[in-house]
Amino acid sequence: MKTTPFSRMWDSIKHFIPLVILTIYAIIALFPVIMILINSFKTRKGIFGAPFTFPNAENFSLVGYETVIERAEFPSYFLNSAIVTFVALALTLLIGAMAAFALSEYDFPGNALMALYLSIGIMIPIRLGTVGILRLMVGLKLVNTLTGLILIYTAQALPLTIFILTQFMRQVPRDLKDAARIDGASEYRVFGMILPLVRPAVGAIGIFTMIPIWNDLWFPLIIAPSEQTATVTLGVQQFLGQFVSDWNAVLASLTLAMIPILVLYILFSQQMIRSITAGSIK
Amino acid sequence: MQEPKRRFRFPLHIAVFLAPAVLLYTLFMVVPLLNSLRLSFFELGNQDQQRFAGLQNYIKLFTDSNFAPFFWRALRNNLVFFAIHMLVQNPIGLLLAALLAEGGRIRNFFRTIIFMPTILSVVIIGFIWQLILNPLWGVAESMLEAVGLGDWFGPWLGKPETALITVSLISVWQFIGIPMILFYAALIGIPDELTEAARVDGATAWDTFWRIKFPLILPTVGIVGVLTFVGNFNAFDLIYTMKGANAGPDFATDIMGTFFFRTFFGQQLQLGNPAMGATVAAMMFLIILTGVLLYMYFWARRVQTYEL
Repeated sequence: MKTTPFSRMWDSIKHFIPLVILTIYAIIALFPVIMILINSFKTRKGIFGAPFTFPNAENFSLVGYETVIERAEFPSYFLNSAIVTFVALALTLLIGAMAAFALSEYDFPGNALMALYLSIGIMIPIRLGTVGILRLMVGLKLVNTLTGLILIYTAQALPLTIFILTQFMRQVPRDLKDAARIDGASEYRVFGMILPLVRPAVGAIGIFTMIPIWNDLWFPLIIAPSEQTATVTLGVQQFLGQFVSDWNAVLASLTLAMIPILVLYILFSQQMIRSITAGSIK
Repeated sequence: MQEPKRRFRFPLHIAVFLAPAVLLYTLFMVVPLLNSLRLSFFELGNQDQQRFAGLQNYIKLFTDSNFAPFFWRALRNNLVFFAIHMLVQNPIGLLLAALLAEGGRIRNFFRTIIFMPTILSVVIIGFIWQLILNPLWGVAESMLEAVGLGDWFGPWLGKPETALITVSLISVWQFIGIPMILFYAALIGIPDELTEAARVDGATAWDTFWRIKFPLILPTVGIVGVLTFVGNFNAFDLIYTMKGANAGPDFATDIMGTFFFRTFFGQQLQLGNPAMGATVAAMMFLIILTGVLLYMYFWARRVQTYEL
């Protein structure tokens, strides 16, 4: 093929098109969040007068944060969300791993049927059972408790967790387990040995189960709407509803609600994404 | 059962391993779901007495003037909501994934940024966009003016003709990370040898993508489609946050999730009705089940999965 100056120029342009597209989309993804972050540190005048600039000496203000700290129980919301998410995740991982171990390790009658039964919940959202869940929670006196939320979220997260962990456990070499058995280890010991080996799957499970739990509005709104049990998502939603017209407070509360998640995400994003893609490469 | 993989021992430990997960899942998910479905065939009295009502609740849902217009509108809006995700979210997600899959430090950086909105709570996203699009603040308007499209701007969230599309696009903006990361994982799983030969033969990147890579990731295309369907027909948080339980203006953004919430819990002057709520949930269940079964029958069974 002949290379003309024009085609060479086109080649170098072509090389940059993907990066241009990615840059434009990254701006679209980032821009609204940045707008909130920078404007939360400004006076009301600064928010409306110069929304696109970083806060400067003239319009810097923390008045929004002061309102939020005075009027909203943010520490309590965070604690509630952290307890619910952490306990539900730990419970899901432990009992999900146990079930996945049973499904991947033993060829018992009804194995395939059990795997199918447990996987229905991957596709059928738990929300559709809300009417029944609320009645059950009323019956168990678990309305307005974190325990109620933890049990629901664990049930919700189990199907996908078991599915992912079963795939993972199938890949653990048999020799390892059989060697332990020959040494007289019980099945429970063998399970305890396998458990740390599935750590790479935890990132993917975290991203697909923990984030929806932390961010959920539906069940806190229906099962645990009280001020004492409000999670961050519900607390922020209610706070914003009351303070719609106080722009400083709205921007500050949005920033406060985002920061912990963003920090965690920046710290762990590489691992999370590697964990998701690991499944496909095998 | 065929011959067991290993010598079959006394299966007490199997029961121990399975019991907690099965119990919790059954008690807090399967039983309430079945109970909700059952309740859709009952009428509830004042003292919570239940009376079998056959298909009456369903007939009411489809014909009663207090329910039918809302139901059909919610269903229609939900289909529009889904269509916008399929036409905008998933193609753009695929494009971004294809560009990111080339690898490199800069692209990993972009990958982290583009996935970021997906991890934020819908409540936060809803409010952020409400502020950005607020004519009072004027951020969106100034942005459009900067590129010479100032005349386009309008109170999109407030007008019945544009509200649903606007809300759908905000949802697309947030959740684009999911199709992107799934396509990305599938694309980087394709071994280089498969595309190497094509490149040596002088095929363009475009041809290589559509002729070699895309057919290989068809299973993922199906999974993304069915996940979008299930997620969209189960959506609630964004519209509740941005437009309230009444999904305004004038129910223009009402979808199945918000309709279910209103029917179950009531609104302003109307009392909540658990039996009718269960009936709406049962319809959502049927819709989602139909979608999943269609996927399993027409896509998962027919599309070739290659072991790479």
